[in-house]
Order: sequence, then C-alpha cells, then structure tokens
Amino acid sequence: MLGTGRRGLIRASVLGATLGLALSGMAGAQEPPILVGLVVKDLDNPFFVKMIEGAQAKADELGIDLQALAGADSADNEGQVQHIENLVAAGAKGILLTASDSKGIVDAVAKAREAGLLVIALDTQLDPHDAAQATFATDNRLAGKLIGQWAAATLGDAAADAHVAFINDSTLQTSVDVQRNQGMMEGFGIDVVDPDFIGDETDTRIVGHEVSNGGPELAVTGMENLLTKDPDIDILHTINEPTAAGAYQALEAAGKTDQVLIVSVDGGCPGVQAVKDGKIGATAMQFPLLMASLGVEAIAQYAADGTLPAPTEGMDFFNTGVVLITDQPVEGIESQDTTWGLENCWG
Amino acid sequence: MPVPSATIELDEARAEGPVQRVRHLLHDHPTLGPAAVLLVMFCLFAVASDRFLSPANLSLVVQQVMIVGTLAIGQTIIVLTAGIDLSVGAIMVFASLAMAKLSVEMGLPPALAILAGFLAGALAGGLNGLLITRLRLPPFIVTLGTMSIFFALNIYVSRAATIRGSDMDPLLLLTGKSVEILGTKVTYGSMAMVVLYLVTAYVLSMTRWGKHVYAIGDDPEAARLAGIRVRRMLVSVYAIAGLIYGIAAWFFIGRIGAASPQAGQSANLDSITAVVIGGTSLFGGRGSIWGTLMGALIVGGARNGLTLVGIDSLWQDFTIGVLIIGAVALDQWVRRVGS
Repeated sequence: MLGTGRRGLIRASVLGATLGLALSGMAGAQEPPILVGLVVKDLDNPFFVKMIEGAQAKADELGIDLQALAGADSADNEGQVQHIENLVAAGAKGILLTASDSKGIVDAVAKAREAGLLVIALDTQLDPHDAAQATFATDNRLAGKLIGQWAAATLGDAAADAHVAFINDSTLQTSVDVQRNQGMMEGFGIDVVDPDFIGDETDTRIVGHEVSNGGPELAVTGMENLLTKDPDIDILHTINEPTAAGAYQALEAAGKTDQVLIVSVDGGCPGVQAVKDGKIGATAMQFPLLMASLGVEAIAQYAADGTLPAPTEGMDFFNTGVVLITDQPVEGIESQDTTWGLENCWG
Repeated sequence: MPVPSATIELDEARAEGPVQRVRHLLHDHPTLGPAAVLLVMFCLFAVASDRFLSPANLSLVVQQVMIVGTLAIGQTIIVLTAGIDLSVGAIMVFASLAMAKLSVEMGLPPALAILAGFLAGALAGGLNGLLITRLRLPPFIVTLGTMSIFFALNIYVSRAATIRGSDMDPLLLLTGKSVEILGTKVTYGSMAMVVLYLVTAYVLSMTRWGKHVYAIGDDPEAARLAGIRVRRMLVSVYAIAGLIYGIAAWFFIGRIGAASPQAGQSANLDSITAVVIGGTSLFGGRGSIWGTLMGALIVGGARNGLTLVGIDSLWQDFTIGVLIIGAVALDQWVRRVGS
C-alpha cells in the first residue's frame, strides 16, 4: 500500500507523524472538562448499553467528559480492575461502576478512593457495602419479592404444589443474582434457609437452577434442561428479560407456553412488550437511565464542592425504584399495566 | 557468457532500499520486531497524552501486565514445543484458591499455603503433560478438557465465593505491596516477574534442558533419534509451566486483593496473544522469551494508553484487534526474508 524503498519509507513516516499530531490534537487544547468513568460489566447486555446512553446524555448536558469502559464478559473482574486503574491515571474525578465481582473489585475501588475519586456502585452493591462511597441501585430483593408474590397470588391454591424452576445469571452468587432469586422465593413462600446463598433450599417445589449469563442463548438450553428434569413446570423465575425471551423460545418449541408462567426483572421495552404479548406474566421494572444520570450528576456535584450523595432513608443505598408491570394485576400488590410500562420503559 | 554469481549478489545488495535493510535487521534479531512495535506505540501515546510517560503510569502498565506476563512465560515454553495450553487461567485460579483456602480456612501457615499453591499448579500442569504424552492427544484437545475440569473444580471447591484479601495473611498479599524506587512505586510482584523472565531466558539459552525444548519443537522425531527423552521432557515442560501458573496465582492475589473462582477466563487468549505478538512461532522451535514480554507490554500498554487518550472500550477492542493483526503481519513479513 505504501510501496517499498525510499518512497515507501517517506510515506510511512508522514502517515505516522500525521497520526501522532492528530492524536495530540484530540488530547484537548484548552481547560479539560471533568472526566467521569463508567465501568460496566460488558457491552452485550442492553441494560448496560442503555446505562451508558443515559450517562452520556447527562454528561453532554452538563459539559462533562464521559468514558465508557467494559469488561470482556460479565465475569471479567481483572478487566474492570485495569479500567479503574487507568481511569485514575487519566485523572477522572469519579467512577460509576457495575461490578462483575462485588468482592474482587474492592481493592481497586479502595485505591481509586485513596486517589481522591468518588466511586458510586450502580445496580450491584459491593461487598462490603461501604466499599464504594455510595450505591445507586434497584432494590433487587424487593423486585424478586414482587414477582414472587404475584406468582403465588396468581396460582392461588395451586401454589402449594407448584413446580418452580429458576434460570439465574451464573453460578457465581453475585449480589444481583442472589437478591432477585431469594427475593422471588421469599415472595412466593419458599423457605430460603440462607438468604445470601442460592441452592441450599430444601423445598420440594423447586425443580432446579440453570444459568444464562444474562442472555437468551444459554437460556434456551437451560429451559430445555429444566423441562427434561420436570416436564410439569408451572412457574419460571428468570434473572432478566433476555433470559426470559430465550426460555420462551424453548417453551414454544416444546409446546408448553400455556403451561409455564414466566416472571422476570428488568423493564426494558422489549420485555414489557413481551408482557403485553402474554409471553411474560409479570416483570419488575428498574430504571437504569435514572441510575446512570443521577450518578453523573452526583460526581459533578462532588467535583464542584466535595458533597457525597446520600442514601435513601433507612437503607444503605439510594433506591432508584422498582415497579411491577403486569396486565393481570393482583389484589394487594401494587402494579402498573403494560401501557404505562411501554411509556416508561428503557431500550 | 554467464555473469559470475558473486557479481550478481553484489548488485542485489547495492540495490537494497532502506526498508529492505530494516527487514533484514529485524530478521536477524527476532525480538527487535515486537520491540519496535512497542517503541512506536509508546511514542504515539506519549504524544497523545501527557500522562502516559509519567513514572507512575509506566509503573502501572508493568503492574497491569504482571499476571498475563507471568502466565505467558509458561505458555511460551509450551508453545516452543509446538504445544498450546488452554487451561492456563483455570490452573492459575486453582492454585490461587488452594493458597487462599489452605491459609484462611484451614489455618495453614501462609508460607506453606503459598508453596502448596505452587505445587498444585505444578501437579495440574504435570497432569496436562501426562495426558498429552500417554494418551497421545493433541495439546489443544487435552488442555481444552482440563480447562473445563479445573473451572468446575474451582467453583465447587470455593462454593463460588470470592475469598477476600481482608481475610488473608499479609504474606499472601505481599506481591501487591510496593517499594519506592527512584521516586516510583514498584510492586514486589513486578520485580519477581522480571526475575522470572531472567531465569527463563538463562535456562532456555544456556542449559541443556532449554536447548532440548527448542529441539523438540523444531522436530520431535529428530530430537528422539538424537537421544532426547521427548515424552519425559514434555511432561516436565507442562509441569514447569504449571508451577509458573502457580507463581502467577500468588501475583494475582497480591494484585487483585482477592482469590476468585471466576477469574482468569481471558488469561488463555491473553497469554497466547502475548506469545504470538512476541514472535514465537505456534509451530514450535523458534522464539524468544523476551519477545513474549514485549508482546505482553504491547497489549497492556495499548489498553492503558487508549484509556488515557479517552477512547471507549468498544473502540479499544477494535484497535487491539487491528494491533494484533498488524504485529503478526509485520513478523511474517520479516520472516519471509530470503525464503
């Protein structure tokens, strides 16, 4: 392309020099705006993509520089550690983080705090909870409880002998996974034994647990495996709506869509549409765009005058809210229908 | 009348342009290729961001490369024998969980726990070696299988729980602690990694064992006929690689401050990338351990530099992909000299 010999060498040098000058130009000529880092789990999940969009919109509004970084997959802790370190080196004022390993990221977060940054955990609390200065999250246990209660109430007397199956995120017992799973069991009326661990329950209504890594592909196989274990499943708990979509595909292929009631968490527009279409029975809506924009605002505030964001009264995190979306409301459980859902969904 | 061949050679040499001369230079000194790429990359980043060349940031890059850089040492000696190891990450995690659990939950003295972790790595690597030589299966297949086996064992043994640094004895976390040298913080782990590279370079070039590694990779049948115990050598190569993964596990605990069963999943691809960019041939018999270090620094430095320049993850992944193809293409172009 550049040619060989002397001409080629000259062309290559010019290209290289131009590239270098261009890059240096990009680095900012005048007073640089505040840098905020958003480190999400991965870029495959639309939940995180929407979060990035929400943060970017708020950042543009406030004149802030936002850098969105992600791990290689939803289990990549080392990648997130590297991103946090690099953001500190780049001079960020604060970091918004959805941790893939709520314990494994703690050291890196501590180092960022030592360097004077405000670190806010989004969606997933760290372990210990005060590792980050603040957490903006959905009350995931409440989200699980709502769908569990709805499922039990919808089945009525049949709930006592129901066959309940679960498709979780992973085998890694992450806080979001555990809270939604155990919350759903509590809401349904299953004894959770240890509320911080999935799998120690002894209730015979439980068919089993499969994992989807948050996406539809593995959910298809997971659903098939669960049906092989027990063809008479009544209720399926899914970690999120992409998982529910995959499970539904497997149910369709098996001709069991009328038999199994699916509950989920997320509130993405495709998921709410699935509730409207009768594929999902009920879903707990969360508000990622709100989490992200509140996070950016909080860091802007911190950079301006050092104020730390405050948690919701009575909790150790700032609750960004959860709303049950269903077209089959149940007495005693507050919910909104899919029309409201489609107006307020994300994605 | 035919022109004498000596005259033809001289004419050809005189006609060589500067690009061809650079190509010959890189061909004769294989590590120069990746070193050149590293240098060019660092220069570009230094121009684009005034934070890149700060001693603190350069020290950070070395720290970030520490784990993959160490794992890549084991991968290098395996690739030199024309093998490959996909269970790199899984074995490292296995060793790290062994160290952490033995020390934190079973109360073993930390020094013993760490040594037990090294042993666990060596045994796991030795298992790979035995399966490859006894079952005569390709290393790719065997390590693909052991990767899944160890991953499952890791989750089972740890109950999927990450073991926190705050529960661990300081000795386990020592590799992450730093000492100030010339005004910059350098971690003990980074220094140990450099020592490991020096030791490996010596062993590969100066000892009979090292020369046998190259011989096996170059032509295993010829090596066998020359009296080299190929199967025994291969088991030792995989076992030593496993030991190195065990050492990397100690670095991991120090750097991340935790032992996690979900870790190390990109370690396979990352370590192979470092080896390949570093100029070691996947077909065995040719390569330099220093090339691997360059390769690891190129990928680690690229991530750091791209973040400092303000590029999002999406385009970082894109750029690194282009970088890998570019580095290997350069290496191939250099190799085709005179062939």
